[in-house]
Amino acid sequence: MEKIDLATSSLRELNERLQQQSEVTNEKQWEVVNPKGAHAIAVGLNAPLELLIKGSTGYYCAGMNQHAQITVQGSVGPGVCENMMSGSVFIEGDASQYAGATGHGGLLTIKGNAASRCGISMKGINIVVHGNIGHMSAFMGQSGNLVVLGNAGDALGDSLYEARLFIRGKVSSLGADCIEKEMRPEHREILQDLLTKSGADANVADFKRYGSARKLYNFDIDNAGDY
Amino acid sequence: MANEKKPMTTPVKPWTFDDHTNSYIRRAASTGIYDIRGGGAKRRVPHFDDLLFLGASMSRYPLEGYREKCETKIKLGTRFAKNPIELDIPITIAGMSFGALSGQAKEAIGRGASAAGTSTTTGDGGMTPEERGHSTKLVYQYLPSRYGMNPNDLRKADAIEIVVGQGAKPGGGGMLLGQKISDRVAEMRNLPKGIDQRSACRHPDWTGPDDLEIKILELREITGWKIPIYVKIGGARPYFDTTLAIKAGADVVVLDGMQGGTAATQDVFIEHVGQPTLACIRPAVKALQELGMHRKVQLILSGGIRTGADVAKALALGADAVSIGTAALIALGDNDPKWEKEYNKLGTTAGAYDDWHEGQDPAGITTQDPELSARLDPELAGRRLENYLKVMTLEAQTIARACGKNHILNLEPEDLCALTIEAAAMAEIPLSGTNWIPGKTEI
Repeated sequence: MEKIDLATSSLRELNERLQQQSEVTNEKQWEVVNPKGAHAIAVGLNAPLELLIKGSTGYYCAGMNQHAQITVQGSVGPGVCENMMSGSVFIEGDASQYAGATGHGGLLTIKGNAASRCGISMKGINIVVHGNIGHMSAFMGQSGNLVVLGNAGDALGDSLYEARLFIRGKVSSLGADCIEKEMRPEHREILQDLLTKSGADANVADFKRYGSARKLYNFDIDNAGDY
Repeated sequence: MANEKKPMTTPVKPWTFDDHTNSYIRRAASTGIYDIRGGGAKRRVPHFDDLLFLGASMSRYPLEGYREKCETKIKLGTRFAKNPIELDIPITIAGMSFGALSGQAKEAIGRGASAAGTSTTTGDGGMTPEERGHSTKLVYQYLPSRYGMNPNDLRKADAIEIVVGQGAKPGGGGMLLGQKISDRVAEMRNLPKGIDQRSACRHPDWTGPDDLEIKILELREITGWKIPIYVKIGGARPYFDTTLAIKAGADVVVLDGMQGGTAATQDVFIEHVGQPTLACIRPAVKALQELGMHRKVQLILSGGIRTGADVAKALALGADAVSIGTAALIALGDNDPKWEKEYNKLGTTAGAYDDWHEGQDPAGITTQDPELSARLDPELAGRRLENYLKVMTLEAQTIARACGKNHILNLEPEDLCALTIEAAAMAEIPLSGTNWIPGKTEI
């Protein structure tokens, strides 16, 4: 186990050491202590590391992650896992706004709640939130899956493309072009898999699926009020 | 007398409702959609044509053309980056996407720019291997849509340009209409083929300059503080936007005036939002100077740069480099009169063709149609761009020598006069024949 103390090491030293690890590194297990809300912790990783961050972080923790499995024993600031490509990130606390923004792949699990714009412009990432999510979540979501065990705030899935949204609780309101859709067997399969992988104790049958009505895909003056 | 025709005044069309305005109203009434087009503002606004160089005289000592050197090399990104970009000429190529442009056009731009010793820039949609392969120096745009964004390409870039806005549409997002969404473009952007692709007008994971500072930190951490980070702003509030970009940690500020082009947006946006390029530069330079950052944070100016004279004037007003987009496309062959018959079939004429979003460009540049794209020979078009860039550089050098400068960046406001009161006020240059700078000095 490699240990980096951010009370004595700089952010640059931390990220440089983590980024230097190759796909076949033997130094797979890492621990970061004293993060104290620092921004850009563990960004740009590109190796199958197992990283434990003991405390809360600031903006963009695990940004653009590839391959690494990261656990945060605390809460995270805005933009956790922004543009993540692969790997998995587990947040034991809450996440601020833009969690998983533009993520292309991998799995982000948030044990607590996520604030507004969770999954904004998501492009393939899977996000599972055990608590609630804030307003405008999955705005312009292109692909991937957003699973929420709690409630969703206003304007869920506004201007949605092909991302799938699975919500167990109440949805305050749906955004433009977002509708409830039929839950078919293939969707139940995807959902069950994500619940299992994220350690969520929930029944697939309790969820509703939301997706794009695809009415805004090509401009139509009669839909002008929705643009 | 009774049979004599009564004299009449000639019919008068109203200035307010001229033929173009009436055609706009009829088109809107018929289609129910605003006019979308490419390019920048077409209206006449004060521009570099309204400035003149004074040249040398008894009080100024010129350099001998062809014998005394006038250097044109520049460095961009010297503030924080370990590896600033070094260019042979102060003219760069602005961001234009694969998607908006054909693969052949992107390749031609890469070839031409590299041969001339300068950089090219990606656009919305990510980096293609062809573009990276043909561009010696490639700036990777970081846009609100993040289409195709990934850390591997980010690390292949020679610089990152965070796009906050652009001159054609400050405050607006991008558009790539369904006609141009080929299989490859759709795959790169992770969206279904044939749908209109709207790019957001704000970044999805930061808001405001304080957040931008943290975003820049993240990008530097991912790229190991090696490459410069530019911040591109539209010509809205250049003094404040430049100030905030510098404070957020930009290595380079790219400032784009309203004549700067776009692949597609509403005509009303292009013509009615933003400020002329000439009006933007001095407030931006003032911001740099007040923060002690002039020439430390480099300023790239774009929006209507066409000639070596434009380049020299922009540098004299305080820019470190310029960037061209529309002019580069024309150099490749866009709007060439040789395609006049085909332009006519599209209801337009060479020089006025701006329906770049429709993907039917006869010149094969702003299209994804394989047959049309094949009309553009990337090697030949690249050579044309190289020639054009070199001519502009020679022209700018000629002017700089005539002003007694041994480096093109030594040009200064004192070398200029203005032809109109408007240009004098915007560029903060004395009106020709006077010492008057409107708003700055007494007549």
